[in-house]
This record gives sequence, C-alpha cells and structure tokens, in this order.
Amino acid sequence: MKTRSRWQRFKESYFLHDFLHDKVALTSFCILAVLLFMGFAAPLVAPFNPYDAHNIDIMNAEIPPSWLPGGDTTFLLGTDAQGRDLFSTMLYGMRVSLIIGIGAVCLQAFLGIMVGLVAGFMGKRVESILMRVADVQLSFSTYMVAIFISAIFQAMFGVAKYEEIAVPLLILVIGFAEWPQYARTVRASVLAEKKKEYVEAAKVIGLSQKRIMWRHVLPNTLSPVFVISTIQVANAIMSEAALSFVGLGMPVTQPSLGSLINVGFEYIFSGSWWITMFPGIVLVLLILVINLLGDWLRDFLNPKLYKG
Amino acid sequence: MSTDSLVKIKNLVKHFDISGGLLDQLQMENGRITRKQTVVKAVNNVSFEIQKGETLSVVGESGCGKSTLARTVMGLYPPNSGEVHYDGQRIDCLPHRQMLPYRTKMQMVFQDPYASLNPRMTVRQIIEEPIYFHNKGISRGDAKNKLHEVMRSVGMDPEWAGNYPHEFSGGQRQRISIARALAVEPEFIVADEPIAALDVSIQAQILNLLMDAQEERNLTYLFISHDLSVVEHISTRVAVMYLGSLCELGTAKEIFSSPRHPYTRALLSAIPTLGGEKKKHIHLSGDVPTPINLPPGCVFHGRCQFANDRCREEIPLGRNLENGTLCACHAVEEGRL
Repeated sequence: MKTRSRWQRFKESYFLHDFLHDKVALTSFCILAVLLFMGFAAPLVAPFNPYDAHNIDIMNAEIPPSWLPGGDTTFLLGTDAQGRDLFSTMLYGMRVSLIIGIGAVCLQAFLGIMVGLVAGFMGKRVESILMRVADVQLSFSTYMVAIFISAIFQAMFGVAKYEEIAVPLLILVIGFAEWPQYARTVRASVLAEKKKEYVEAAKVIGLSQKRIMWRHVLPNTLSPVFVISTIQVANAIMSEAALSFVGLGMPVTQPSLGSLINVGFEYIFSGSWWITMFPGIVLVLLILVINLLGDWLRDFLNPKLYKG
Repeated sequence: MSTDSLVKIKNLVKHFDISGGLLDQLQMENGRITRKQTVVKAVNNVSFEIQKGETLSVVGESGCGKSTLARTVMGLYPPNSGEVHYDGQRIDCLPHRQMLPYRTKMQMVFQDPYASLNPRMTVRQIIEEPIYFHNKGISRGDAKNKLHEVMRSVGMDPEWAGNYPHEFSGGQRQRISIARALAVEPEFIVADEPIAALDVSIQAQILNLLMDAQEERNLTYLFISHDLSVVEHISTRVAVMYLGSLCELGTAKEIFSSPRHPYTRALLSAIPTLGGEKKKHIHLSGDVPTPINLPPGCVFHGRCQFANDRCREEIPLGRNLENGTLCACHAVEEGRL
C-alpha cells in the first residue's frame, strides 16, 4: 500500500467510476458545462452586446428565427421587442441567472452552515433559539419575503437606482429566504457526528470546542450540503425567474432568463412566440440538468437509497 | 497495599438525565401537573485507586457503567459528585486550560476503530494533531520523526501515513488509534474495550501490542473489558462492577482463584473451560434491573440466592477481607457464605 497523490486517488475513486457509468449524470454534466461556459463567456461567445445601446436598432424588433420566413441570418434565434439579438440576450441573461443562483446559494450555505453547526454542536438553549428562528423563517413563503423586500427597495431607491443594485439585492433576498434548509440539514448531521468516538478522541487530546467543531465535525457533515446545494441552485434560479416574471426581479435593461420570459409573454399573442419560448427552454434545461446531477450525487452519497 | 497510587477515584457518581426538555417532563398525575425527571444512574459511589505501572481491569456485563466510569475518569463526562485525583491533584473540576497538562499524561483508546478515527483525515494528520497541539512550536522534522517513531512502535509502516482510515483493516485502525494515544507520551491509558470490535485472531496482536507498550513506556492501564479470559491474562488487579456499583476488587489471582462476591462467582463460572472437570455453572435468574429505578439496598439482591432482609434495605459498603480483596456484600461480611 503506497501513498498516492490526490489526483491518483480521484482517478481511481468509485466516485469517478460511478459518474462515468451513469449516462444521465454524464449527459447532464456535459450540458451543464456547455451552458455554464456559454453563460460566463457570454461577452466572447455572443455575436452582439445587448447592454450596448449602439448595437440595438428598434427597426429590427420582433424578427423571427432565421429559419422562418422573414428571418434574418444575422439574428439566429430572432430578436426581441427592442430589437436585441435574442441569442446574445439569452446568453447574457443566463449569466445573470447563474450569478444570482450561485451567489444566493453561497449566502444560504454560509448562513445555514454557521447556524446549523453552532446549534447542533452547542445544543441546549442556543440550539432551541437558533432553530426556532429558522422555523419562523421557514414559515414564511420564499416568494412572500422576496416580494416584500424587493417592493420596499424599489419604492425606496426608485427604479433607476434599483437597476444598479438589482443583482446583489436579489442574491441577498433569495439567500436570506432559504437558509433554514441548510441549517436543518447541517444540524441533523452534526447531531449524528458529534456522538462519534473521534470527537471524544479529539476532546481527550484537549482540543478546544471551536477547533473540534471546525476541524473535526464540519468536514464530516458536508456531503449532504453538497447534495442540497445543487438542488438549491436550481431553486434559486427558479425563484429569481419567478420574481422577474412578476416584475420584481431583474430590470428589462439587464434581463435575466426570467425577465426575458416576462417581456416576451406580452408579445406571445401577436405571434412572436420565440421571445418567451427560447429563454423558457434554456431555463427548463438548466434547472433540469442541475436537478438530475443533484439526484445522482444524492444516490451516490447515500447508497442506502436504491433506485426503484 | 502500596501508597504509590497514580489515579484515585473517590465516591464517584455519574447520573444521566434522559427526560428531555421541560415540556417532555411535565406529566398529569391525579389531575395535577407534575414535573418528572428520568435519570439513568450509571455509576454509583465507586471508589478505587490505580497504582503506578499496574493494569487495573474493570469487568461486568454490558450496561453496568464500565464505559461511563472510564469516560468520567478521562473527564469526558463531568461527575455528579465524587472526585478524581491524578498524581495527588484533583482533576475532575479543572477548567479546560488547566486540564491541558493532564491531557498529555492521560490518553484513551476507544472501542470501535471504525468510529474513533476521523474519516476525513489522513493517518499523518490524525497522529500529528496531538503532537503539534501539545508541543507548540515543534519543527516539522521533529514532528515527522515522532510520527515515524510511534507508527513503527505499533507495527505500522510510516510509508502508509498518507492514507485515510478507511483504507485500513480494523486491526490496523486500532493500531493507529493506539499510536495517536502514544504520540503525546502519556503515563496513563484508559482502554475502553479496545479489542471488543476485533477479530479473535487480531485481538491477541493488539493485546500484545498494548502489553509491549506498557513494558517499554512504563504505562499504567485502566482496562475496560467484558472478556474475562483476556482480563485474567493481562491484569494486575480486577474490579467487578454490577449495575453501576463496585462489587469486588482484588488482585487478578485472588479474584479468579477464589471469588467471594456472589455476583463475581456467577460471572466467573460462566467462563468456558477446555477439558478437565466441569465447573458448576451458577445460573442467575431474572434480568438486570434498569439503572433508572435502582433496587433499594444491595443492587444485586434480586438475583442473589444468599439475599436476606438486610440486603434488601441496606447498601453494602466495600470491606477489605483477609486476603486483601475489597468486597461489598453483607453475606460475605457476616460469614453467611
């Protein structure tokens, strides 16, 4: 038995083997990788910059996709009501959606892991207080909290200022609305881990509570966190789309997938179905592949759950 | 008995409250709301001393408080009352910081080698953590030398230090666990059933390893076990526990050749023997009472064939017999048996 490097361990691991032999997971991962690349490399990939008003000509509005009669080959998927190339706008919109989704999940995870870890490890009164706070937070619907806060901010800052702070604000709103999911998951696994003998061994060594909590308990509670993170990213993107759809998310000048769907919705009965349809398909695809990957990860990390 | 005692336990009591929160404790009784607490009386009024260099084994059936006793001695559980002394200094009420010097002197080996090693740390990290923690400012080279030294002393190749615990067998993990305990150069080791989770063929290896380490490093052991033949083999003295109380304490030779307490007699008669004449097996009737509702008087009276009214009312105290054995039994004291 020789010590192997991290990369060798990974190459020989059952994790990689299982992943490579699961067609659904592999396909989902490939699609997700392509979407992530296209989204984050939007300024390089997209033929137009939808944020730059010089590129936009209102005369190009509502041009259908290039393969339909009346289509223009410069606009592959057609244009929206303002004359922006839909393909480019979608790529930029996906980037906004992904940034908000991932940012919100980072915030949720940070808050939830802190609260869950401290509550589970300290126990007693601290636990009661923190978990009751989480319960109260959970008893509000995410959308209610988000709509409430967004509406207040829009009224406070005015629409022009709101456009500047829309991305961090949405991250904050969605992040604060969903952290109890993490807190509960982390607390449950902390309760299971802190009774194990390696924690007692660490106490016998004389390590401080803080160090045991961070160095010993936390790393062992992270696998369920990874699983819910994938699902929470999908949820956060959906929440953002839903908020944008009701007009409280991203403004039309910096559209996310959700606000594109919302904008296109007004034109759907005038025959311009593509403005809503294409962002809708991308949104569904994005959320589907993230959820499928999350399912695979959950099955892998919890072999007691066999697929039926 | 020599006065050279390393660890001294005086009237140690450890109870666990398992009744949950305040709302769970409230109960309706005769139309009135009363608060009822359920307490497990795991260790009751246990006193003994451990001499320097000896192996004191604690035996008893499962649930009799052996492990709780070990963990209370190590300071993992605060005792409800009673005292734990180490080398003349009372240690059960010390704050964390003042306890640190004793943490290098007292170490523990756990029962389950699958749970006692952090699965996210490599063997190197597991063994070096106490080394770095207790020798602030130690150089990397010195720590590495120490790591190699303890790994070799438990029969592990230092080449394996980069591997994770799940890559080892149960016996090897227990060696890692022992190496972690030895890394801080302790004087006293509490071994909480260190071989109970292992294969019989591996048990002997681990026992020999523990005994070799004792010889080389002049260690003192508190050895918790329910395996009587192992206890007879390795112990200097043996303590027998039943339902949280100490029944009998004496040298291994005396306990195994002439047990006095009725419970010890029954326990020892259960050791299977090879060949020779068959010993009479003493059958105990009934079950062990729950430690939540301890029987009054002697905890063993319900299953003891020698019990009389005094046993049902008065808790027997440990008394030294003529052969140096400490025995807590009214029948032995009165010469009824």
